[in-house]
Amino acid sequence: MIPAEFKYLCPSSVDEAVRMLAEEGEDAKIIAGGQSLVPVLRMRLAAPTALIDIGGLTELTGVRDDGDSLLIGAMTTHYEVQRDHLIHDHVLLLKLVADTVADPQVRHRGTFGGSLCHADPAGDLLAPALALDAVMVIAGPGGRREVPASEFFVGYFETALAADEILIDVRVPKYTGWGAHYEKLNRVAQAWSIVAVAAAVQVRDGSIVAARVASRTSVPGRCVRPRWRPRWSGSLRLLR
Amino acid sequence: MTATAEPEVGKARLRKEDARLITGQTKWTDNLQLTGMLHMAVLRSPVAHARIRNIDCSRATTMPGVAVVLTGEDFAAEQGSLPCAWPITEDMKSPPAPAMAVDQVNFAGEAVALVIADNAYRAADALAAIDVDYDELPVVLDLQEALQDTDLVHPDLGTNKCATWVYDSAEAGAGTNVEDEIASADVVLERTFRQQRLIPSFMEPRSVVVDPNADMFTVWSATQIPHILRWMLSAVTGIAEHKIRVIAPDVGGGFGGKLQVTPEELLCLLAARRMGRPVKWTESRTESMLSAHHGRDQIQKITLSARRDGTVTGLKVELLADMGAYLRLVSPGIPVLGAFMYNAIYKFAGYRFVCTNVFTNKVPTDAYRGAGRPEATFAIERMMDELAAELDMDPMKIREMNWIKHEEFPFTTVAGLTYDSGNYEAATARAMELFGYEELREEQSRRRTSRDPVQLGIGVSTYTEMCGLAPSRVLGALRYAAGGWETASIRMLPTGKVEVITGTSPHGQGHETVWSQIVADRLGVPFEDVEVLHGDTASSHKGMDSYGSRSLAVGGTALVHAADKVLAKARRLAAHMMECDEADVEFASGSFSVRGTSTVRTLGDVVLAAHVAHDLPEGMEPGMDADATFDPDNFSFPHGTHLCATEVDTQTGMVKIRSYVAVDDVGTVVNPLIVDGQVHGGLAQGIAQALFEEAVHDEMGTLTTATFADYLVPCAADLPAFITDRTSTPATSNPLGVKGVGEAGTIASTPAVVNSVLDAVRHMGVRDINMPLSPERVWTALQGGSADDVGDVAAGGLGSIDSQGGQS
Ligand SMILES: Cc1cc2nc3c(=O)[nH]c(=O)nc-3n(C[C@H](O)[C@H](O)[C@H](O)COP(=O)(O)OP(=O)(O)OC[C@H]3O[C@@H](n4cnc5c(N)ncnc54)[C@H](O)[C@@H]3O)c2cc1C
Repeated sequence: MIPAEFKYLCPSSVDEAVRMLAEEGEDAKIIAGGQSLVPVLRMRLAAPTALIDIGGLTELTGVRDDGDSLLIGAMTTHYEVQRDHLIHDHVLLLKLVADTVADPQVRHRGTFGGSLCHADPAGDLLAPALALDAVMVIAGPGGRREVPASEFFVGYFETALAADEILIDVRVPKYTGWGAHYEKLNRVAQAWSIVAVAAAVQVRDGSIVAARVASRTSVPGRCVRPRWRPRWSGSLRLLR
Repeated sequence: MTATAEPEVGKARLRKEDARLITGQTKWTDNLQLTGMLHMAVLRSPVAHARIRNIDCSRATTMPGVAVVLTGEDFAAEQGSLPCAWPITEDMKSPPAPAMAVDQVNFAGEAVALVIADNAYRAADALAAIDVDYDELPVVLDLQEALQDTDLVHPDLGTNKCATWVYDSAEAGAGTNVEDEIASADVVLERTFRQQRLIPSFMEPRSVVVDPNADMFTVWSATQIPHILRWMLSAVTGIAEHKIRVIAPDVGGGFGGKLQVTPEELLCLLAARRMGRPVKWTESRTESMLSAHHGRDQIQKITLSARRDGTVTGLKVELLADMGAYLRLVSPGIPVLGAFMYNAIYKFAGYRFVCTNVFTNKVPTDAYRGAGRPEATFAIERMMDELAAELDMDPMKIREMNWIKHEEFPFTTVAGLTYDSGNYEAATARAMELFGYEELREEQSRRRTSRDPVQLGIGVSTYTEMCGLAPSRVLGALRYAAGGWETASIRMLPTGKVEVITGTSPHGQGHETVWSQIVADRLGVPFEDVEVLHGDTASSHKGMDSYGSRSLAVGGTALVHAADKVLAKARRLAAHMMECDEADVEFASGSFSVRGTSTVRTLGDVVLAAHVAHDLPEGMEPGMDADATFDPDNFSFPHGTHLCATEVDTQTGMVKIRSYVAVDDVGTVVNPLIVDGQVHGGLAQGIAQALFEEAVHDEMGTLTTATFADYLVPCAADLPAFITDRTSTPATSNPLGVKGVGEAGTIASTPAVVNSVLDAVRHMGVRDINMPLSPERVWTALQGGSADDVGDVAAGGLGSIDSQGGQS
């Protein structure tokens, strides 16, 4: 379990990281928490020539209030998501999802942005990102651009990120006061989950007035895009 | 004879070993750093069956840090053949088993070349620069197809059949002819079960360091068998045995997976000899899964005959056992170990066992926790449930009708073994009480009537097994190449402290704690005053190591005998010191006294007197050490009753264990905490076979479950809270009364779980489901599919990323 040789680079700003990505070319990779990338390197499923470590970029961590939405820094760890008050108050679903990711060690190192960029069809953040209409804020040589989740996940371990781009923030609309639930199916606790459903609902006077639901599957051995049902809103009587 | 105020035997002592293990203070083999040490990396065949046309090492040889690249050809003259110590029949076919393939590879994962470099990273990098040309051959994977001999794993042998081993109760004079029983029976049931291939998932990957020093070789290995390894390394290489020292330091688990003389141990030794420098090899998890031996992998055809009232009469077992590509240390004997256990606790009149061992292009199989006995117990316990269903009787009632009653012990079985003790009634009564058997049956019937989508099932397993491997004469009769005795030495130090040397080789079990408890009791010394040395052939010069739940029953008995020798000598010296007749000396709590007087000498006083040797009785040697070797007369036979309740979601096929009760009779318990630990871990592994674990190969023979993302090992979160209890009928075959507990949980639990799932869905027309009982298999069975409809599937995860398509 020894990775192939690589160059290790440590940028001091997002702009420098973007520059380094451009300079090192196609075979360079960002490393965030390393919780997905390091196993891939160790199994020699990938052999990037350079790793650009964005772990030291404090500008990428933390959750900010941005009016109608929250901005979640790409380097915010799952552990921080679990404990953040803004997330708890405005997008409860993300907290509930973070609670189910991996184990405490992994949650302390693995990042919100890294999970989304890795786009593992069995990853836990895909369904909630889709359900909540999250938007990816991306930095590249040409400046910043924003991509909605529904266009960000393009396939199996594949995103709309270009090789020279970095995810810096995730914009999530506020769902203040909404209820939420997340379910996933695992054969054993440490296994990749087979299917997951994320839901957030707004309830008024015993009726659901709005809902956001997304599911995703990962069928072993087959390439499957994340799938989700069209989101809908309307009124539904709550069964008590 | 025993001694301390509060007896040590029976005390739930925390383990002596744990402080150093959990604080990271111990040195595992991979932690060793020797001056000038080189590192070995092994290139493994990606194909399951091929001729090697050419290996080009020229590029790899010039890579930075690389000392040498070696192939099978380089070692052909010196590597010999890896040993198989159990030729089960005279005409058994045994192909040469080179440590590194020379001109043909026979399984994916077989070593084809190795790199020796100045560090492990550079060794790994250079592997990618070796080019091997393979001419692929047809792969033989399926057991039934292998029997047709259309394609051959080893063309030179002319067949894929390795050996056929037969036991027949009529021929052995232990029972009737099974065909007569079948012919005259009211009911005959025939079933075929599949024992899927499992991977022994020890926590510490295998690791070897060899230090050549002048003509002496010191070998550190993460092994269960340092003594056997030393003997075998000498036999294979011709290096004189006294020039090899093997050390098994702390070893992180084995489960039989490290009961092996591995290709890598041999290659490391040969490489170190060639280089004249120390060489280390440590495997990755995937390497381990691809090349360390696997377990189980049998097809069992079982015929059971009975009378209409439920009395069983005959049992016929026809096995196909997958050996994989080569015979490793005890591969062929594993199914044979099960031969004596199919009749289990039941009184069959006639019994016949026929096992055909078969070669395939897969990783060799060998011992894995239970070794032959879990397979046997699974088959018979499944059959008892099948019979109950056939006759519409309660599965516990039918067992009770047929089992050996407690007053019938000792009992000689139809397989020719004599069970010394046991009480199946007592263990069963306790288990039923803890489980709430009647209430669960009521709930089950309510759910059936209401057609609840979640059905409840109850599974029974009233198992026994044979432990304490083994009486040497029995091993001889089975053509096993070694004996089954064990040895212990006690060194009494002048300050009264005690060193115990054991020939067993613990790798996680806690022998240091338990051996200390036994000696503390026997000699009346404090628990803390005992140090247990093991796993180094320089200090423990002989031993048969640890496997087969043998360490306590055999090695613990040797220890008791050694302690008794110390006491006998000390008593003589004490009498001399106290100037009295030896018959008047009493021993209690570590002190000798003269009966009816206040004259006292502590054991420490006596040991010191023996050490200084100023005044010893005529002819007595100085010192107070003793050695003992114990060869058991019989096996020991733990037993118990396990009950499992599962909820089966009939809409999704998901199985959830609702409750699990294990009442085991393992004889005398020295340390209840350690026994509970063994039971819990054993249950986890047995349940894992029932529900989760499975080694899967694709049609090319590539293992697709070569990571823990694909091979599902359950953890605590996946298992219910176990309810455990014990009953105790001491073994009569050893002075401690112990029976062994290392494998019991694994042996008992697999059929309990599978029986419970089938019990939940049998009324819906399901007769059998292959293990592991994945939701897909259970669901397919519920849709009317047969056991074979769902092929093997890797669980998903990394195996599902093809090596190009992952992430780049
Ligand atoms: C034992 C274990 C269990 C796990 N269990 C779960 C689980 O239950 N559920 C789950 O969802 N996940 C699970 N994971 C995965 C874990 O959540 C992810 O590894 C992690 O969150 C990814 O983030 P990271 O910071 O570690 O990314 P890294 O591993 O550092 O990177 C992953 C990929 O994303 C790219 N990348 C990372 N950040 C950026 C960025 N800002 N911009 C552009 N590209 C970027 C990297 O180049 C790389 O290709 C588990 C991992 C482990 C090791």
